[in-house]
Amino acid sequence: MNPTSTNASESSPTGDPSIADALSGGSCPLPILDHPQIVLGHGSGGKLTHQLLDKLVLPQFSNELLDPQHDGAILPVHGGRIAVSTDSFVVNPIFFPGGDIGKLAVHGTVNDVAMCGANPAWLSVALILEEGLPVEHLQRVIASMKAAAEEAGVLLVTGDTKVVDRGKGDQIFINTTGIGPVNPGVEIHPRRARPGDRILLNGEIAAHGIAILSVRDGLEFESQILSDTAPLNGLVEAILAACPDIHVLRDPTRGGLTSALNEIAGQADLGIELEESAIPIDEAVKGACEILGLDPLHVANEGKLIAVVPRDNAEAVLEAMRNHPRGEKTAIIGEVVEAHPGMVTMKTRVGGARVVDMLSGEQLPRIC
Amino acid sequence: MKHLDEYRDAILARKLVEEIHGLVTKPWVLMEVCGGQTHSIVKYGLDRLLPEEVELVHGPGCPVCVTSLEMIDKAHAIASRPNVIFCSFGDMLRVPGSDADLLLLKSRGADIRVVYSPIDCLRIARENPDKQVVFFAIGFETTAPANAMSVWQAKRQGIANFSVLVSHVLVPPAMAAILESPENRVQGFLGPGHVCTVMGYEEYEPISARYHVPIVITGFEPLDLLQGTLMALRQLEEGRADVENQYPRVVRREGNSAALGMVREVFEIGDRKWRGVGSIPESGYRLREAFRDFDAERIFEVAEIDTSESGLCISGEILRGVKKPHQCPAFGKRCTPEHPLGATMVSAEGACAAYHAYGRHLDADQEPAIADT
Repeated sequence: MNPTSTNASESSPTGDPSIADALSGGSCPLPILDHPQIVLGHGSGGKLTHQLLDKLVLPQFSNELLDPQHDGAILPVHGGRIAVSTDSFVVNPIFFPGGDIGKLAVHGTVNDVAMCGANPAWLSVALILEEGLPVEHLQRVIASMKAAAEEAGVLLVTGDTKVVDRGKGDQIFINTTGIGPVNPGVEIHPRRARPGDRILLNGEIAAHGIAILSVRDGLEFESQILSDTAPLNGLVEAILAACPDIHVLRDPTRGGLTSALNEIAGQADLGIELEESAIPIDEAVKGACEILGLDPLHVANEGKLIAVVPRDNAEAVLEAMRNHPRGEKTAIIGEVVEAHPGMVTMKTRVGGARVVDMLSGEQLPRIC
Repeated sequence: MKHLDEYRDAILARKLVEEIHGLVTKPWVLMEVCGGQTHSIVKYGLDRLLPEEVELVHGPGCPVCVTSLEMIDKAHAIASRPNVIFCSFGDMLRVPGSDADLLLLKSRGADIRVVYSPIDCLRIARENPDKQVVFFAIGFETTAPANAMSVWQAKRQGIANFSVLVSHVLVPPAMAAILESPENRVQGFLGPGHVCTVMGYEEYEPISARYHVPIVITGFEPLDLLQGTLMALRQLEEGRADVENQYPRVVRREGNSAALGMVREVFEIGDRKWRGVGSIPESGYRLREAFRDFDAERIFEVAEIDTSESGLCISGEILRGVKKPHQCPAFGKRCTPEHPLGATMVSAEGACAAYHAYGRHLDADQEPAIADT
């Protein structure tokens, strides 16, 4: 048995046996998760997050709109389709090199809607503020959200504000929900991936996670690395104009490139093969990852997307992406293969090969 | 990246691999001592580029993995106390003790913080004068200088609310213990590059001579590891057993005298228990008497702890190079990085964690294609 979960509460000086009893049986019909308590890894976007959703949440709500598990849901409305997506932002610190929580809250949801092949048009915003938050900080965040919404071309149309006791929140949490019409004829979903499809990435990875880490309390280091947070709806428009038959779009945020690619491989039931030397990464980011012992493939991005493109259209999409300001460094980083379904592999620089698995537990806590 | 990409060059790697293939005439077993080397080998798939005759077994050089269960339970007992801020290297947080790990204690309210440098703990101690700040000083000779420096600085600056829980281990006694074992299969070593950066490699010469094994002090990049492997195999094929230095861009025979001076001022050598291996005489560091005020074991007087190790875990055999991770029935099934049964599944440097991170539990039946070499 696993010592971390089963015996833990009995002998721990801080454990509460009654809670442990409840969790390990008794009133609760099943030991749903391997952990008796929520740990930070459950929010990492990696395996623990998937376990939490698959075992605890999704079975309760299963329906044909939720089950595809895309970045957002596609809703049939009056003969057309709209995409809706929601996301909460709890980044710490709230101001970081290259952005802040407000900008991130707009970009994150705009991008999730865009990854459905839709044009994000409207946004709702819910603020949870901690007692004591300086109004000046809130003003800065709101101003940043306004600028980000204007740049992305979305309207903020409804919202909500709550204040919690000091110590019950962490300065400011933001939830945003985005809505927009899906482009006619566009069908974006991992199960549309086909062997031979090329995998395109719009630029250098891992900047957001490293930028956050560089200002994280206790881990500060000097760097010029800025978060890559950016709206991607314009780039998606350019991609769809070059090839309406794009098979998959995904923004590799939490959990990094590996989580996004493993999700695609898993849902497509196909393999993915990457070329390590083709994956763009900034020298400074790479250096920071080396020093901190992090794998950049696991580190979060906020302005990157993966496009899975039919082989014959790959060059045209590559050119269209490189001609867009958000895609100048686009590269073809790999392809979809029939072999090893559900698994992502990588040819290493030195000619070896390895499996690229999803992150286990947490790498960087709370980065988006 | 300058000073890094050069050591990951595909063309040079291929040349080294070809040279190794041309050299080997019979089966050989090499052990890479360091967990960092194991990680690189699996990450770049280097072992799969070698001839079938050459087996790399993975050594005990993962500091998180070999920290004894008693010491981890002690750390958990201290970290659970109300007035303690417990600081640790990140890897240590998920190492299972007898009944919990530090992450679980954190989720229950213990103040547990990840630091990249022990010196950061001094700042935390200054900022929290009403708390006891305890640093879990683990590691091989590599981390000893910075850990020693934190204690030395604390004494100099008069920081009274800082202490260290010391569980330092030393490489040469562990190598000797492996070679002494009747089950030993290791015929040559890739020696620990960063340990030797601090310590130098003079102390490896008697081991090489006594047991007649080649020891090649080796770096951590793919070309380092391939070249170190080539040098060790060449010695074996020629019947030699010397200490050689593959990593001269960092390692000197005499080591780093400033770092060594700091270590010797603060620490003295003592017996140490290794997880999965047992007690090895004179195989660790402990604080010298002059620094006893900073010894967390004395300050907190943790009572004797009954430990219990998972019956399934074979990490001891893995750390001694007797078995490999995929030979464990629990590997990738009952034992995963999310739920490690033993420490070798936890640290990025642990052999089981490296095998798992790079998918060796998935591709046992379907090896991914390897570039033709």
